[in-house]
Amino acid sequence: MKVFNVKALLMGIMILLAAGPAAGKKLQIVTTTTDLKAIAEAVGGAYVSVNSISSGRQDPHFIDAKPSYMLKLRKADLFIRIGLELEQGWERLILEGSRNRSILLGSRGHLDASAGIRRLEVPTGAVDRSMGDVHPLGNPHYWLDPYNARIIAGTIARRLGELDPEHEAQYARSAASFSRQVDIAMFGSALQEGEDAEGLWQRRPGGNLVPGIEAQSDAGEARGWQAQMAPFRGVKVVTYHRSWSYFLERFGLVAAGELESKPGISPSPGHLKNLIETMRAQQVPIIIVASFKGDKAPNLVAAKTGATVVKVPYSVGGNDQAGDYIAMMDQLVTRISTALTRSSL
Amino acid sequence: MNVHAARSLIIAVLFTGYLPAQGIAVQPRYVDISLSGLFSSGWSSAAAGELLALQGGAHDPNKRGFTVQNVELSLMGAVDPFLRGEAHLIFQIDAQGESIFELEEAFLTTQTLPFGLQVRAGTYFTEFGRLNPQHPHSWSYVDQPVINTRMFGGDGLRGPGVRVAWLSPLPWYAELFLGLQNANGETAVSFLNSPEEDRFLGRPLVDRELESMADLLRSVRWLNSLSLGEETTVNLGLSALWGPNRTGEEGKTAIYGGDLYLKWQPLANDQGWPFVALQGELMHRNYLAAAHSSELFIGIQETLTDMGGYLQVQWGLKRGWVAGVRYESATGSGKDDGDPLRDQRTRVGGNLTYYPSEFSKVRLQLNLDRARFFEQGKAWGLWLQYEFLLGRHAGHKF
Repeated sequence: MKVFNVKALLMGIMILLAAGPAAGKKLQIVTTTTDLKAIAEAVGGAYVSVNSISSGRQDPHFIDAKPSYMLKLRKADLFIRIGLELEQGWERLILEGSRNRSILLGSRGHLDASAGIRRLEVPTGAVDRSMGDVHPLGNPHYWLDPYNARIIAGTIARRLGELDPEHEAQYARSAASFSRQVDIAMFGSALQEGEDAEGLWQRRPGGNLVPGIEAQSDAGEARGWQAQMAPFRGVKVVTYHRSWSYFLERFGLVAAGELESKPGISPSPGHLKNLIETMRAQQVPIIIVASFKGDKAPNLVAAKTGATVVKVPYSVGGNDQAGDYIAMMDQLVTRISTALTRSSL
Repeated sequence: MNVHAARSLIIAVLFTGYLPAQGIAVQPRYVDISLSGLFSSGWSSAAAGELLALQGGAHDPNKRGFTVQNVELSLMGAVDPFLRGEAHLIFQIDAQGESIFELEEAFLTTQTLPFGLQVRAGTYFTEFGRLNPQHPHSWSYVDQPVINTRMFGGDGLRGPGVRVAWLSPLPWYAELFLGLQNANGETAVSFLNSPEEDRFLGRPLVDRELESMADLLRSVRWLNSLSLGEETTVNLGLSALWGPNRTGEEGKTAIYGGDLYLKWQPLANDQGWPFVALQGELMHRNYLAAAHSSELFIGIQETLTDMGGYLQVQWGLKRGWVAGVRYESATGSGKDDGDPLRDQRTRVGGNLTYYPSEFSKVRLQLNLDRARFFEQGKAWGLWLQYEFLLGRHAGHKF
């Protein structure tokens, strides 16, 4: 008599290992940024538990590959990154260090949230480092356009559905619900119930607003981000790093330059001198700076030009008020539109 | 397109993934290539003969005037879904002006083993302490610590072998490394090789064959990492090495070490600045010299012990700028016979580094040495180091 059926035991172990998350167990998600975490939580709801590597108060380009991040990833079912090489300095180290096979690049547990995003500033010619830290796949700061948050939500919902087919429909519904919240935040309460906002989003900056939404300009709290920013279309602004291209394009603001002489290169005195002249000539009213950037260069330029420095969260958790994606975008729109309203330039 | 042009295009596509007609639409990442060039110039109060003993690291600035410290070509990438490959080739011009080529490392690393396991095989730096596995361009000083030179020679301890790493399921980061490597070769100092051809620590050397596992270099390292809040991380490591030495059939060496790395960096940092990083290592070597009797030397079996360490603090003042200070001490047992690899030595160094970008740096360092093997007993050196980095270079381990 066979006391021990080795084959059956091995099969059992294989099945247990392959089964993935057991029924009732939450999918463990680790995202590189808090924006992805906020969206993944909105989509995954009660079926997921989400951790972010970066805190929202730090620059996701420059993160040390700390062993504690590898521990976070050890049991993850899904890793979500911004992509477009934003995390290239540290992603591989923490993925490899985690020893978690199911989230390596190319596996189902590895998701690049940039899929489906219309990329800005994709270089058309050859790129080299004399140009500074140019991202050859395009500008990676796409989460700062609220339309892209809707795309990210859809991308995450589809992958969650693949990993956890039992709740596929719920993920799709949550993504749609999140998108609707973004639509309402963007276009305000004038958005009719059941009205598809897709057409409104497709009216690219520079085009006229839909009359119903434009009329909200004096409607107080019910106004959406679109209406709040509408008076400033075409206004020129300066930013610290080229992180704001998606936000500027969405709201029709125009970049007059950056404090950095080239992407990722510290502001040089010569460059700042030229920038100050440009800003004076073009009467640039504000300098947009992410909350983790130094104050010295922005304050110097502001003092010479009369422009206002607007320090804003650049990710969810970037300040105490930016608790979720919509609150973060609210902060951005409110602080920038307020500064533009108050500016005497 | 002639043959040369076709070959150039094929090379361009293979190595960079760049297709001229299609811009950068195609970006295969078959291999990441990078080249780091590390150079220095400076002056020491010690003359040429003493300076090579004073700056004993093979990548240290080691002559008055200019030194090509390390030009390193690195290739790395995914081999297939299961393995990664990595190779580092070194080009150098030594103090005598001779060109040197070295295969520094070439190894494969598994990606998909279960249970937190990872295997590395090929030729690679031994996991001992913090500094030994690091490449010169990532050091915080222009030279390697005195204790590393004494224990592992100018190039650091490395060689062909296999290493298993296991990330334990403990609630903090705890990783165990177990390794087996050849104990011979010019980079196995303290074991079956020595900086001098026929003598080491005054003892004549004999040839030994590989007859059992005990004739290989065995290594173990236990690395722990703890987060002290969101802004501070501390790594604590314990390492040990055992292997044969060439003083005779009974000759064997054991080296033990402890290392510490603590880094504080606020969450709201500007491209990594500001920060404070404290790093220190202590090492102890028991070198069991076999009894020897010949025309050259008569000696009983004895254990020569050596120990030493360093402690350094790097302070990232503001974006681009780092100031540092390092204290080192090393000593050996027995009578002091003025051996530059064993006698009492202390060195204090301070430096200031400026990083124009992630891919370049300039560093000015002052060293003050006290060593008995010197005629004057002390020496100073002032070194200016400069570096460039081309291509896609992998991020550094924390």
